[in-house]
Amino acid sequence: MKVSLTVNGQQHDADVEPRTLLVYFLREQLGLKGTNVGCDTSSCGSCTVLVDGESVKSCTVLAVQADGSEVTTIEGLAAGGELHPVQQAFHEQHALQCGFCTPGFVMAAVSLLQENPSPSEDEIRMGLEGNLCRCTGYENIVRAVKSAAGAGP
Amino acid sequence: MIPPAFDYARAGSVGEAIELLGREDAKLLAGGHSLIPLLRMRFARPSLLVDIGRLDDLRYVRDEGDAVAIGALTRHADLVRDPVIAQQCILVAQAAGEVGDPQVRHRGTVGGSIVHADPASDLPAVMLTLDAVLVAEGPAGERRISAEDFFTGPFDCALGPQELLRELRVPKIESGVYLKHVRRAQDWATVAVAAARVGDGVNVGLAGMGATPLRARATEQALADGAAPADAAALAAEGTDPPSDISGSAEYRSHLARVLTRQALERL
Repeated sequence: MKVSLTVNGQQHDADVEPRTLLVYFLREQLGLKGTNVGCDTSSCGSCTVLVDGESVKSCTVLAVQADGSEVTTIEGLAAGGELHPVQQAFHEQHALQCGFCTPGFVMAAVSLLQENPSPSEDEIRMGLEGNLCRCTGYENIVRAVKSAAGAGP
Repeated sequence: MIPPAFDYARAGSVGEAIELLGREDAKLLAGGHSLIPLLRMRFARPSLLVDIGRLDDLRYVRDEGDAVAIGALTRHADLVRDPVIAQQCILVAQAAGEVGDPQVRHRGTVGGSIVHADPASDLPAVMLTLDAVLVAEGPAGERRISAEDFFTGPFDCALGPQELLRELRVPKIESGVYLKHVRRAQDWATVAVAAARVGDGVNVGLAGMGATPLRARATEQALADGAAPADAAALAAEGTDPPSDISGSAEYRSHLARVLTRQALERL
């Protein structure tokens, strides 16, 4: 089936099988491998991207469902060689160890801050409940989101 | 895990969706957050997916005087932030905010969650608690089903093979409390309790306590007879048939139902 998506500002017309999950379309058809596949069961949040500005788990969305949408992946955040404020904050607050969950956490945090620009610590923790980190990096992740929100650690 | 192959059709209207559902083994796709996991696990193998996700005329919340009408394609995140829901039926917003996680709430629809009819799910229990009226549409036209008659078994509901859920009609309530016990964030309820003041009475519903969402009838009756909340809550597990599984034994679930019911009634 023919689909047309805008991914990181660039339009892509492609032919996909109806069963193609958005994450595999991004990774394998577009070569955007920053979005990771973790649990493959909508639990871990590693595959989080923005569809029309809102965080979604791209392992639980069919590419055909995203037809006509604007998709933003981790590759689309940095502009003109400058890291996005959330990426910069993750870097500064050491909000990662192995880094596998990081693209998903960053995208979930970007979506959270769009909906709630000054979240409390509780709101940050609840807002990131859809993402799992197995290196126990939650403290620094929360600190990074706080810092990106301008609240300071 | 990649789902098995299926055909895909995008419905441009409710009528077209109903027509497409006439094909053998066709299934509706809305937000996909119950169905896509089932496809990946091969628990569902439809030949055709009828995508109704773009029927935006089914995405609304309306104050209709004596009731609040919710379009079936309204997303969980819409319900959490909707001003009419916040003012007239807060229980729905509380439960919608407990579904999955933010990513799931951005995509998942209230209608999809209800039709999926998971006995541990949040919104089916709330619909039952509120005595909601579910508006279905099929080839023979529209029909209204009470929540009481809607949930017929685990993951089963009263919709016919060619029917779709259009709208949920919930009463305006004075107050409501939804309490959910989970083993980990974003999980389904081990047990959840919904309590609401509906009209002159108090309704109490349970998730995770049987094959379908259930009402805590003994608790409701005790309250109607003037029992104190703690005494009425002690009856919350009566007439239920909770499962024993990895999340807890039947005995533990019964305990949770009593404790959560007491807490919900005390806050109501």
